[in-house]
Amino acid sequence: MDSYFSILFTEVYKILILLVPVLVSVAMIVWLDRRVWAFVQKRRGPNVVGPFGLFQSLADALKYIFKEIIIPASSNKLVFVLAPIVTMTLALISWAVIPFGKDFVLADINVGILYLFAVSSLGVYGIIMGGWASNSKYPFLGAIRSAAQMVSYEVSIGVIIINVLLCVGSLNLSDIVIAQQNLWFVIPLFPMFVIFFISALAETNRPPFDLPEAEAELVAGYQTEYSGMMYAMFWLGEYANILLMCAMGSVLFLGGWLSPIDIFPFNAIPAPFWLIFKILFLFILFALVKATVPRYRYDQLMKLGWKIFLPFSLFYVVLTSSFLLYFDLLPGK
Amino acid sequence: MKISRLIKTIFMIDFVTGLLIAIKETFKAKKTINYPFEKGSLGTRSRGEHALRRYPNGEERCIACKLCEAVCPAQAITIESKERDDGSRKTVRYDIDMLKCIYCGLCEESCPVDAIVQGPNFEFATETREELYYTKEKLLENGDRWENILDANIKADSSHR
Repeated sequence: MDSYFSILFTEVYKILILLVPVLVSVAMIVWLDRRVWAFVQKRRGPNVVGPFGLFQSLADALKYIFKEIIIPASSNKLVFVLAPIVTMTLALISWAVIPFGKDFVLADINVGILYLFAVSSLGVYGIIMGGWASNSKYPFLGAIRSAAQMVSYEVSIGVIIINVLLCVGSLNLSDIVIAQQNLWFVIPLFPMFVIFFISALAETNRPPFDLPEAEAELVAGYQTEYSGMMYAMFWLGEYANILLMCAMGSVLFLGGWLSPIDIFPFNAIPAPFWLIFKILFLFILFALVKATVPRYRYDQLMKLGWKIFLPFSLFYVVLTSSFLLYFDLLPGK
Repeated sequence: MKISRLIKTIFMIDFVTGLLIAIKETFKAKKTINYPFEKGSLGTRSRGEHALRRYPNGEERCIACKLCEAVCPAQAITIESKERDDGSRKTVRYDIDMLKCIYCGLCEESCPVDAIVQGPNFEFATETREELYYTKEKLLENGDRWENILDANIKADSSHR
């Protein structure tokens, strides 16, 4: 019994060590997003609360906590309440497999990438549940759009991941990072990286693919009926997902926690910081894209996903595997 | 589709150019002011919070002619008047419902003695509605507080009246 509790406590402790920084960085990343957006438009952005406005998100969170939660009378109350919880939980549990350094990972499971993929696919459910349970036309349309969009782009992300896996020969995320010791996968798989980036934008409902919450058409999409803390949870989940996609991009293509060059000033910086730098780099790119690119039309979005990205990434799978086979570079040998 | 267009699409030339422009703009000077800490300039005719002015000897300017009450399109002004012991006509009540007021400036324009004016203050948000039902005392106090600026504004604008 004693050992049971000690194991339980160490696990809870580990989970807290991981989740608290993730939640804090989600708050910071919202600030960063707004700041970058403002800077591109030559505005100042939030700069009043705390140094450089860093605590703006905390102030917002406090505001959301004290706001009333309105549950529409005609909604399916159980599902309505469950939806933001599902979204946020799914966004947070996927962080378990992200390796922050050598042996610095909460769950070093052998099917890490599959787990990540499965959980991020489940993320659609939170949105569908929210849209359906609201029992209102805008959330419903937004949820339908979102589901279609996320499913379509998940397919191309899956095929892109196959490219990486062909080069690694393992589904374990730590192995994927270690396999990039000599050469980050961005260089040989650059087109795949670009497509992954764009698919990640679509997968997380970021502009230019923010059709589910296109405010000009659908008010706020599936979030329309939500208020107070439930809305904040959707928000948190969304940004946690964005961070996760950035983390996934840096693990799969940018060498995760590896330093770019293995010489003194670079390899002195601890491994987790490299991962954080890479995530930040990708996130700033996300924010810049949000600030520059106009929203896609829905049919263009679907066309891009199914008719361009999917065939191209499939073609690249063939290219990668034949290259590896021809030069006898297959990792299993 | 032309070949050049195809190449542009495949290599996302337009998109990358856009990103580079965005990055360049990031480092340029801001076009907005740092509002609560620095404020933009206001014109002499800016129509903010109301104030009732006094003559330099401390006598109220308002003669209770009720022109402002009559002209007010939102009917935000309520005036009651009474003859004072010295025979002059003065207000006993001068209320402005700042929630009804549309800040059109007609009261200021109609006033024959420059008593009711709209000052440069636009930051008078309150936490309750009641605080925005301005009374005569509040308006006179505003007039005393902003008199320097109000006087300067009226002088600067006098040639156009």
